[in-house]
Amino acid sequence: MTTVVSSPVQHLEVNGIPFEAVIGIECHVELKTETKMFCGCRNLFGAQPNTNVCPVCLGLPGALPVPNRIAIELLVKAGLAFGAEIPAFSKFDRKNYFYPDMPKNYQISQYDMPLSVGGSVSFWLPDGTKKSVNLTRIHLEEDTGKSIHSGSSDGRIAGSTSSLVDFNRAGVPLMECVSEPDIRSAAEAVAYLEALKRTFVALGVSDVKMEEGSLRCDANVSIRPAGWAALGTKSEIKNMNSFRSVLRAIESELARQADVLSRGGRIVQETRGWDESSGVTIPQRSKEQAHDYRYFPDPDLVPIEFSKDDVRRLRDAAGTLPQARLERLIEVDKLTVAAAHQIVDTAGLADFYEAAARMSGSPQATANFLLGDLARLANDSGVAVAASGATPEALAELVALTASNAINSKTAKDLLVRIWTSGGSPSHIVEAEGLAQVSDLTAIDRLVDEVIAANAQTCADFRAGKNKVMGFLVGQVMKASRGKANPALAEERLRARIEAGSPA
Amino acid sequence: MAAGAVLPLAGVPLAIKDNMCVIGTRTTCASKILGDWVAPYTATAVERLLRAGALPLGKTNLDEFAMGSSCENSALATTHNPWDPTRVPGGSSGGSAAAVAAGEAVIALGSDTGGSIREPAAFCGVVGFKPTYGRVSRYGLIAFASSLDQIGPLSKSVEDAALVYDLMAGKDPCDATTVDRPVEATLGGFPKDLAGLRVGIVRDFALDRLEPDVRAVYEAAYGDLQRLGADLVEVALPTADYGVATYYLIAPAECSSNLARFDGMRYGLRAEGADVLETYERTRAAGFGNEVKRRILIGTHALSSGYYDAYYVRAQKARTLIAADFARAFEACDVIACPAAASPAFEFNAKSDPLAMYLMDYYTIPMSLAGVPSLSVPCGYVTPQGSDKPLPLGLELTAPLFAERLLIGVARAYESGTQHAAHRVPPVLEASAR
Amino acid sequence: MAEIDVAYVARLARIALTSEEVVQFGGQLEALLDHVAQLEALPTADVAATAAVIPSSNVMRDDVPVPSLARETVLSQAPRRQGNYFQVPRIITEE
Repeated sequence: MTTVVSSPVQHLEVNGIPFEAVIGIECHVELKTETKMFCGCRNLFGAQPNTNVCPVCLGLPGALPVPNRIAIELLVKAGLAFGAEIPAFSKFDRKNYFYPDMPKNYQISQYDMPLSVGGSVSFWLPDGTKKSVNLTRIHLEEDTGKSIHSGSSDGRIAGSTSSLVDFNRAGVPLMECVSEPDIRSAAEAVAYLEALKRTFVALGVSDVKMEEGSLRCDANVSIRPAGWAALGTKSEIKNMNSFRSVLRAIESELARQADVLSRGGRIVQETRGWDESSGVTIPQRSKEQAHDYRYFPDPDLVPIEFSKDDVRRLRDAAGTLPQARLERLIEVDKLTVAAAHQIVDTAGLADFYEAAARMSGSPQATANFLLGDLARLANDSGVAVAASGATPEALAELVALTASNAINSKTAKDLLVRIWTSGGSPSHIVEAEGLAQVSDLTAIDRLVDEVIAANAQTCADFRAGKNKVMGFLVGQVMKASRGKANPALAEERLRARIEAGSPA
Repeated sequence: MAAGAVLPLAGVPLAIKDNMCVIGTRTTCASKILGDWVAPYTATAVERLLRAGALPLGKTNLDEFAMGSSCENSALATTHNPWDPTRVPGGSSGGSAAAVAAGEAVIALGSDTGGSIREPAAFCGVVGFKPTYGRVSRYGLIAFASSLDQIGPLSKSVEDAALVYDLMAGKDPCDATTVDRPVEATLGGFPKDLAGLRVGIVRDFALDRLEPDVRAVYEAAYGDLQRLGADLVEVALPTADYGVATYYLIAPAECSSNLARFDGMRYGLRAEGADVLETYERTRAAGFGNEVKRRILIGTHALSSGYYDAYYVRAQKARTLIAADFARAFEACDVIACPAAASPAFEFNAKSDPLAMYLMDYYTIPMSLAGVPSLSVPCGYVTPQGSDKPLPLGLELTAPLFAERLLIGVARAYESGTQHAAHRVPPVLEASAR
Repeated sequence: MAEIDVAYVARLARIALTSEEVVQFGGQLEALLDHVAQLEALPTADVAATAAVIPSSNVMRDDVPVPSLARETVLSQAPRRQGNYFQVPRIITEE
């Protein structure tokens, strides 16, 4: 999860008047369950077509839905993670419309009594600004099958002569997460989606893979003069298949709307599809008449009622959530937003970090080791930090040894490699093997004098103004100390003693 | 069941209304739209009877998708009343009622949404029993109106109905609306008489609306109840009069959605059009009969934008009032007795006006809306003018929610204490047997 | 007199009707709507709507897989199929 939001914040202007973006996001997230929402068929991506189907998810005559308890609990966990209210009473409704990939020609969804109401998603932009977006609701529904359009050149609906339908996805539990129009830029939209993804993955609610369609999102986009309360006319942007296309599509749509207004035109409420190749949004004209979904309570299902105890149990089961962690890492530990995201987004790293940082008392130094040397070791070995020989205790000791100048950075690096493979306590190793950094002036001066004596010409060069040779001389001192000398002290003494004019 | 033990329905011939799925058999709902569809699974209720040893005889005719009160809405076949072949068997479970009356099946399964078991049972002179909503699984019953549909037995005797009910009833993990509450067995321990029983006679169902001969049969039936020891008490169901109006909004609304799946894409009939929209419209125009279309249209209207509150929500509120009426009435009585239908079986094509047909269910619909268990038991015969064929009438008995045991006991006591035995064979069949 | 836009409702319900049928059904459905108009006389303002007559809640199943149907069982009944897919006529939603 390292989508780079490099694009600068867009400055919207219409004929010299500053405008602002008003964006709301609706996203559909497939829940990570073993089975479908209303039947025991497997919830599996990539199976052979029409193999995970049964009377219920095929809408065969006489079949009846029975809801999946885990799907309901996962959605409630997701809601609780964002501080949403879990109403005591919730129900399923039928949304009626005909479409060939929808077996019953109605979708079981939730209309006026969703499982999760309100809540807010907090996230940090790269510059460290914290932002909160309110959620309207999160509700549960069933996914549709998948159509392949044949006969057209590019597999799209337009120009196709017939469609082929696979119902494996039909009935997969789908969570629809609707935000308030609180988002003010394309970059915020992406950061919002990343925050959702981070939380859903941490909770085990979903894989959140846009490329597999387990996350799909639409954006409602409008613009208005900065500071106005009234909303402009919105367009609904569809067909965004990656975080990058969300960024590009919204930026393009904002620019289009500003352009329309600056020419004296009006924005019409419409659905527009993002076209990746041309980089613009294109109106999707629909032959469908105005939607009249005829929602009504599904008579095949009974309501869901949650007691306070049920809600407490699900909240307690969630553990520490990314949003709370980021809050601590950024606001309390003062890590950079990038570092905090990297720690939180790497499996197992956040617990390791927090334990080590608490013990060492130096969060930033801890993060530096973790994201520098340890991340490199993890990357090179293919072993996660938490699975290596290094423990949070060992890292904390190492941080403390370095901070107190007890060891120098080279020793620290060597020690990291050793504990990575063999474990152990850095302080014990330092003590047992005498690796402590030598900062004793007498000892250092003795080594410095040896080096000066052995490198008379180099010292003369230095005195003549060749500053670069100092690195070499310090290196000689380090070598003579077998790596234990305090390098800063060594340099200080070298300069002092050379310039004091020890006889060449 | 241990080896060697006798199954409770061992070898008993069972007829199954053709809106219930039986694996590997064609299931039609008496509609053209299902084409040659073969069910790949078996309805829970049927499964339970087959496991008890019942022998499936075959599928019986019905009004298309169980929408009708005469069986005339079948797109596939005509079913005649065994008592008088010029008359309808009632509906929608007309085929099941006629099969039992004619002795072709010992027991049959029907489904009742607004009277579809009780009215044909009355017309054919058999016992027809609709249990409390949620008592028998609907899994595998092709839905008409999900909040009302309930499977029940049709049989020659109350005892047979009790046997079948006991085997079918109970929670089914495949039907979320089945009730998770122990089933009280209804078979056995029947009361000998009705001593001390309070039978409610519904003031609002005044018998003076009926033809004099029909009225005389019901007055005699009430008298029999009294003779058997029951106290007759007058009860009020003031909102029951709104039953038909309520029902003809709720049931079509649900059916408009339930029947949306019949679209020619995955199974059944397809009438090809230029694109998917046209194919839907042609398939459904060709596949559904007029009564089904009427109900889909009215139901779609009742749920559509701008009409939902005025029709669907108001009907659901009326349903609340009707259920409350029953709860109040059952404070004053143990069971309610009333006619199962206002007339005996009528002749074919006698009710060409849809509304006139809908009103045939006047006495059965309120019980369906309230979800209470209700049955029809033969209570006498009338011979229409100009005919020599006696036609049976049914007494409808209704008990509080989940009081099936009480209801069956009362019906059994009435049945054994009167001369209107359900085992009587229609004279038409006696003649043909000679 | 109650009104119903039969043509609109038939479009929503995906049933092709001839103009004669629109008139015929229109009359019948208006008569029925006139009958159901009697519900307006009921005092329903403070009454809760009954969606299910037997109160119940929280009926759920465990997240445990059960075998699916054999693909051939499913596809052999399709009015049209192509390989392992259901074939449906072209979908016109964009132009």
